[in-house]
Amino acid sequence: MGNRFKLNKNLAQMFKGGVIMDVVNAEEAKIAEEAGAIAVMALERVPSDIRRDGGVARMSDPKMIKEIIEAVSIPVMAKVRIGHIVEAQVIQSLGVDFIDESEVLTPADEMYHIEKRQFDIPFVCGAKNLGEALRRIAEGASMMRTKGEAGTGNVVEAVRHMRTINSEMRKLQSAPKEELMTYAKEMMAPFDLVEYVAKHGKLPVVNFAAGGIATPADAALMMQLGCDGVFVGSGIFKSNNPAKRAKAIVKAVTFHNDPKIIAEVSEGLGEAMRGIEISKVETEFAKRGW
Amino acid sequence: MLKVGVLALQGSVSEHIDMLSGINNVLPVKVKTIEQINEVDALILPGGESTTMGKLLVAFNLLDSLKKRIIDGMPVWGTCAGMILLSNKLLPKTHTHLAVMDICVRRNAYGSQAASFETTAIIPSISSDPIPLTFIRAPYIESVGKQVEILCRVDNNIVAARENNMLATSFHPEVTNNDSVHRYFVGMIENII
Repeated sequence: MGNRFKLNKNLAQMFKGGVIMDVVNAEEAKIAEEAGAIAVMALERVPSDIRRDGGVARMSDPKMIKEIIEAVSIPVMAKVRIGHIVEAQVIQSLGVDFIDESEVLTPADEMYHIEKRQFDIPFVCGAKNLGEALRRIAEGASMMRTKGEAGTGNVVEAVRHMRTINSEMRKLQSAPKEELMTYAKEMMAPFDLVEYVAKHGKLPVVNFAAGGIATPADAALMMQLGCDGVFVGSGIFKSNNPAKRAKAIVKAVTFHNDPKIIAEVSEGLGEAMRGIEISKVETEFAKRGW
Repeated sequence: MLKVGVLALQGSVSEHIDMLSGINNVLPVKVKTIEQINEVDALILPGGESTTMGKLLVAFNLLDSLKKRIIDGMPVWGTCAGMILLSNKLLPKTHTHLAVMDICVRRNAYGSQAASFETTAIIPSISSDPIPLTFIRAPYIESVGKQVEILCRVDNNIVAARENNMLATSFHPEVTNNDSVHRYFVGMIENII
């Protein structure tokens, strides 16, 4: 397990500064690769369609996942429902590179997340705050992401989650040692990981932004807030020029500190996905999982 | 002071910077513009996704200037994706990027993440002690040109090679706590410039 966990964290390190794009078929996967995605996330419907259509959202058809693996040379990720051990076993058996235990799909277990250390391949999980991130890492997540609010095209929740994690990390960093156990208790996080964050001022794994990122400026904003990279879901293939928008977001992530480049790539992108206000959202995906 | 750049388009950039920071007489810098590329004494092409880095090199017009500097003798080291960028022949057949090094590289040669692995080996030209080698969805070199010196094989596959001012490794010394390869590269720079 020690060795696998390290190798799996290492793969996430190779993703840094990159964009991971949601795709629902091989054709979209090729567009994403061509645009410069560092990986693609295979799923049955993008989050905004899951919101619109409702029903239970599950792991994708293995056939579609295999077609995507065939179609691209970049890493392929796939989503499983929170706590759905068997979906994760199935995805691993297909030769996928990374599993997302995702709140975007309908949870299979309301009490327990997957014990991720049982698997050879890495998991990424979402978090709203530091305690949640450290619980997932203790279960074996090799990579974290903000939950944000997927399928809304509204970046406000991703910003809230990243700012929360940052401010909680700063608090631990400046706390005297005797206070750390109390913080661990309050945030329901394992003590050794609380100590790690207090010492290093960062998570022990790579942390990406996800949930509501729709424009190059959104992506650059999350990078300036300290994320290591960005997931874009509905934002690309629900816009009216996916290939162009995907390329623009990739460039904006690399040059997130250069407003001139962000301005340049944002020109004439066509309409972004429409987006919704969080107060109008019926099901808040971010509230799934703990 | 040697100014050693790390190409900072994407990937394991901060890991290389951290390793270089521990070496005397080295100033590590992240580079992502032509001006920055022209200011460094040597350059590391980090691990990451070669397709992503390749596209960004083209999109921001960095490819030709970088290629010219390498051909003019700037020391360069590619790790994993960086090795793919250097290679002049790729398998499965696909278009090359900088195409400056006479090596034929099989991309993603070991398969998906489940096949990623760690091992140790002694690389005589680099260190007399065994060093940890971390392979992440790694490529390896299938064949090399006449000018290329093979530095290391693992299971009969070539995983490290050097051609004059160019060094390529399939593995990622930057994610280990052993800086032997970084020190070897700095030695290379000192001898060349």
